[in-house]
Formats: sequence, structure tokens, C-alpha cells
Amino acid sequence: MVDYLIETKALKKVYGSGEIAVAALDGVDVGVAAGEFVAIMGPSGSGKSTLMNILGCLDRPTAGHYILDEQDVSRLDKMELAYVRNHKIGFIFQSFNLLPRISALKNVTLPMLYGGNGLHPEEREERAMAALESVGLANRAHHRPSEMSGGQRQRVAIARALVNDPPLILADEPTGNLDTRSSKEIMEILHNLHNRGRTIAMVTHEPDIAAHTQRVICIRDGQVMTAGDCISSGVTL
Amino acid sequence: MNFWDTFKTAWEGLTVNKLRSFLTTLGIIIGVASVIIMMAVSAGAEAVIAEQIQGLGANLIIVNPMRGVPGAGRTLLYDDALAIEEQIKGISGISAEQITAPLLIKAERETLELSVTGATPDYPAVRDVPVGSGRFFDQKDLDRKNKVVVLGYGIARDLFGDGIAVGQTVNIGTTRFKVIGVMAEKGTVGDVDYDGQIYIPLTVLFQKYLPSPLASDRLRTIYLEADSKETMDETILQIQNLMAKQHDVTLENPDFVVQTQQDIISTQEATTEAFRSLLAWVAGVSLLVGGIGIMNIMLVSVTERTREIGVRQSLGATPGDIRRQFLIEAIVLSLIGGLVGVAAGMSGAVLFGELGDMRTVIVPSSIPLSFAAAAMVGIFFGYFPANSAAQLDPIEALRHE
Repeated sequence: MVDYLIETKALKKVYGSGEIAVAALDGVDVGVAAGEFVAIMGPSGSGKSTLMNILGCLDRPTAGHYILDEQDVSRLDKMELAYVRNHKIGFIFQSFNLLPRISALKNVTLPMLYGGNGLHPEEREERAMAALESVGLANRAHHRPSEMSGGQRQRVAIARALVNDPPLILADEPTGNLDTRSSKEIMEILHNLHNRGRTIAMVTHEPDIAAHTQRVICIRDGQVMTAGDCISSGVTL
Repeated sequence: MNFWDTFKTAWEGLTVNKLRSFLTTLGIIIGVASVIIMMAVSAGAEAVIAEQIQGLGANLIIVNPMRGVPGAGRTLLYDDALAIEEQIKGISGISAEQITAPLLIKAERETLELSVTGATPDYPAVRDVPVGSGRFFDQKDLDRKNKVVVLGYGIARDLFGDGIAVGQTVNIGTTRFKVIGVMAEKGTVGDVDYDGQIYIPLTVLFQKYLPSPLASDRLRTIYLEADSKETMDETILQIQNLMAKQHDVTLENPDFVVQTQQDIISTQEATTEAFRSLLAWVAGVSLLVGGIGIMNIMLVSVTERTREIGVRQSLGATPGDIRRQFLIEAIVLSLIGGLVGVAAGMSGAVLFGELGDMRTVIVPSSIPLSFAAAAMVGIFFGYFPANSAAQLDPIEALRHE
């Protein structure tokens, strides 16, 4: 019996209703074991973004179940989902999604403001600083994102994703906006996180980035494909 | 998220765009300032009225012809004043008055054009205007129709400068008068400039300046001073009965009005009251407009910061966290507007009083009142934008450009 951190059962997401209903996810069963590093691939319109949104507790499935860290989160309300996002998930986005007008340090502090963790301001700052240090940006803590390179911004975003120590890291094309050198840096950081036991699910459409992971989950037309189909349909996707 | 963190987040949101935040609060600033200024203006008007109570003289009873009754202007006569003096007890002074049309007043060097007041000897006592130098005319002057004149303080200065006026002569129209007295300085009370008056014996005015036989002893007003406040109602009743008898009219349908100073003040207060509620409405409307301004800008701000809201949601902000953040932004804007508005209103009220010709008195209660109103406006008009921010779908919000 595999110890899954993430497990979906017959996950369905239907947009619209009646005649015009479109199933973005049509019975998805995936499992990611604790400590695994997986890539999610698929052409645009395949439903991989919808899957990521549900895995990230930003959206709820129309039917089926999503069990995250032994909790069925598929029927939680908005407030409960916010709590789960805060405590269980660290997001890394393609476009970084840092708040532009506040310093890197304050950006990293943000997740600790929510979720009622009741930390003292000094304690929050210490933890944010430690997270920045772990991505090698302690010396840039008081700079705004606009004063940083793309690679540095993504490292700030990783620090932010880590600061609440969530079991799951969700990365949505984390290197999509970066040059090759920065991409390599980011992938190294993700590798290190994985080596230290963090579970990471990453959406990408670059095969060489996907090659960093242990396993590729292929999505097409709202369904998970077998490994063979995945390669024959071209991981070039 | 605790209150202090929410407040800091809201504050950061506001300081990012200082000019816009300022322009947003401007509506509240103007609203609060106008509440304070308008209340100060009406309180000033009331203070002026209160001064009139002091300035009119104590226990005053005023008899006027009824306005709006045809022919009533002719009905108040010197005979009425004499009858009251003779028959009514409890009166310590009676001042019968009439004024002329504007006349040319000539001294040695100066010429003025002014209405002249015909008065009786009790005038200084009843109207509470003391004589400064010389004397007021007496009953003998009235009986003999002596051509004597008493000048208001300002008129004496206008005509004779710093020189001594008493003993000089003045031509009023074509008649030569001897100056026998100058009133003490009193200034303006209500709408009467006491220093700008010229007084001659009432009998002389009747003889020289109201030559029409129909109106030769008609009066403008009779002022009476009652002995005591307690007996005033009784005295008024007696006067009304006497006047009705004199004029052969009923009390239900009189051609005269007997009032106390209190009646006149009440009438003016009613006017001030209406004025004040009008001002309050204007001020209230400007606060409302200020509130709508806040709502407008907050809605724009929510749209502009949709991405930020999405990011915060993805990091674990609940709808409540987002709602509180924007609500506190709106309230902070309103409260800052309130504070600046209070300061602007107070200095505005002082400035109006100094520069304008109206009196202003800052009403202490208007400060917490308008401040509380500003806070209410912030909560009320901030709630809708804050709620629409809270209801945003995180996926949509994150995708927003």
C-alpha cells in the first residue's frame, strides 16, 4: 500500500450545463506518494490547468474525490479551502505572482499573516529571512521584486511557498518565463527540496524540465494517459 | 489575520497611491469641514440673537401696527401711546417712535442724507441707549415743540469730527435745530446701528415732517418697559384690551400686535432653525457625495488589484481576510478625511468669522458628530467594494492582467 500525499478518485470537472456542458476533467485518478517529485504534462486544453487548480484547492471538482494529506478536501467551503492552501500547499507560479510594491521579505511574510498561526511579527520576519537564506537571497531581502531578475523573483516565490512549511509544493511552469541559466538554478533548488523529502508536483511542457522529475503524469482530453501513450504522443507536446 | 496585521496591510495599500488616496478623502474632508463650518455659522447667528436679548433692554413690550392689514399702517397713533401711559399700571417707561423719509442733514461743513427718528423722553431708558454728553430732550421740549436734536455717536463724529457737537446747530431739511446731546457709543445691535441715529422730539417730527392731516400723529412702534417680568403677561393683556377699545376692534381681529422681546427672538430663532436644518442637509449631502467617492475609488482599486487579491487568496487569505483589508482601507480613508476635515472645518469657521461679515461659533459637539458620520460613511460605502473583493474567484483573480 503506497502512502499517498495526494490521491484523486474519479475526479470530474464540468463547465457549463446541459447541452453545452464541457468536461475539462473526465474521471482522473492520480496518486502522488509523499516525497515524490512528479511532472504533469499535457497539451493546452488537456485539462492540466484545471487539475492543478483542484490540486491547489483553488477550485472544487464537480464530482469525485480529492484526498490531500489524508483529508477529503473536495467538498470544503471557501474558508476551509483557504486554510488548506495556507497550511498544506506552497504555490510557485510561472509569472511569480509577487506583490510588486513590497519588499521580498514582506512578500515572503505574507503566508504567515493568514491562516491564524498567531506568530509574533519578529518571529515571522525571522522565518521569512531564513526562507530567503535557503534560496540564497538573504542579501536581497529588502529589495522590491521590480529590482530583481526573473530568476531571483522566482527564488523569492519559492521562499514564500516554503515559509509555512507545507507538505506539498505545486509549481505551475516555474521556468516558463526564465532563461536557461535561471531555469537551471530553479530546478536545482527544487531538486534540493525533493532530496530533503518535500513532495513536488510540477506542470511543465518542456521535456527536458520534466526529465528532472521521477515520474510524468500525462493528461489529454481530461483523462490520464498511460506512460506509453504519453511518450508516443510526444513528450514534445 | 489579526487586526493590527490587517490594519498594516490596509495602510500599505493606501500609501502605495498617495495622490489617489488623498483625492478620495477630499470628499470626506469637504463633507466634514462643511458640517463644522455650517454648524459654526448657525451657532454664530444664534449668538447674535442672544446679544439682541441683552441689547434690547429688559422687560420690553413692543406694540406695532399689524402688517398685512389694509390701512393698518395708519392705525398706531400718538394718542394710543398717551392712553397707555395714562391708563396702564406696571409700566416704568414708554417710548413712542416714528421715522421720517431720508432728509438732508447739514452741519457747518458736512452734509448727510438720513432718516430722522422722532422720539419721546423715555427713549434712552427704554431702549437702553445712554446719553454720552449733553442731555436728551424732555417733556418740555416735546410740549413746546423745541427745535432740538440729539445725535448718535457716529453721526456726531461725521458732522463735527473731533469737535464738540453740543451747542452747535444742524439743519434738517429747511429747519434749523440746536444740538443738545450726543448719545454714548453703542454700535450695532441686531440690524439697528444705534450710532447712526438722529433724534428729534416726536411732536416736532409730526409738525414738520409728516404734514399729511391723515397721518399727522401716526407711530411706527411703541416700546414699553414693564416694571417686572412677573406681571408682564397681565400688563400685555391690559394693553391689548385698551388698544382694542381705542381702535374699536376685537381681540380676535386686531389691527395691532403686542409682542415681547421674547416673541421677536422666537420668530428669529425659527428662521435660524430653518436656516440651520438647510445647512445640515447641504453638509449631509456633501458627506454622502464623499462616501460615494470612496465607494467609487474602492471599486476601481479592487478591479486594479484583482491580481493581488488572487495572490493573497492563493496564499491562504479567506474571503473574510480580504473583506476586512478593503473595509479597513475605506474606514481609514474616511477617518483620515474626518481628521483633516475637522482641522479644515475649524480653521474655516475661524477664517469665515475673521474675514466674512458673519459671526461663527465652533460647536464642540459638531466635531465628534462629523467624525462619527465620516466613520459611518466609510463603513457603509466601503462594505460593498470590500465584499465584491472577497467574493472574487481565486482562479479568475490570478489570471487577471
